[in-house]
Amino acid sequence: MNILLTGAAIAIMFTMLLALIRALMGPTVFDRVLAVNMFGTKAVLLVAVFAFISGRPDVLDIALLYSLLNFVGVVAALRLVQRGKEYAQKKLEEDAQ
Amino acid sequence: MNLDLIADITTAILVSFGCFLGIIGGLGMHRLGDFYSRLHAVGITDTLCSFLILSGLAFQAGLTLVTVKLILVFLFLFFTSPTASFSLANNAWNWGLKPENLPVELAESYEGDDS
Repeated sequence: MNILLTGAAIAIMFTMLLALIRALMGPTVFDRVLAVNMFGTKAVLLVAVFAFISGRPDVLDIALLYSLLNFVGVVAALRLVQRGKEYAQKKLEEDAQ
Repeated sequence: MNLDLIADITTAILVSFGCFLGIIGGLGMHRLGDFYSRLHAVGITDTLCSFLILSGLAFQAGLTLVTVKLILVFLFLFFTSPTASFSLANNAWNWGLKPENLPVELAESYEGDDS
């Protein structure tokens, strides 16, 4: 059973690698936020699988905590991008005057 | 066919399907050219992949507190992942990022939309 879970962990790590490559290559900032969101969800799954590989299921709290953090991180990044655009537009108007 | 064997087999099936879907989501990130199609690909596989893997692990843990934690993790992912995808798409649209191959008549209807 451990072999299967280790295989699953390797597959999840491969997916995280793909997400990281997309995060580095992503043309727009939203691709990057999307890739980080996917990376976070897969990290949650990796911790869950690792909890069962190591036979210490109380590691699952970390998975729960990280899924909370991941969601807040994505929303914060989006708020920053949106607020940044408004700030840039305001700055453009000021320079135009 | 004692109970452990059945639990192991179900875990094997569920977890392998979940990882297969995860890899498909990962490939979807690269194969699809446009941001919105990528968002579609990741959004779909994300939730189902975590459901399959976490339910596979729940079979491993049987009816204990660990399964409750697994269900909690899944419930949280089940509600926040689509919300995050929605706010991503909403922000991208308001930011002005339009899908690439938008049909012409649709593009015109959104032309004035500057919200």
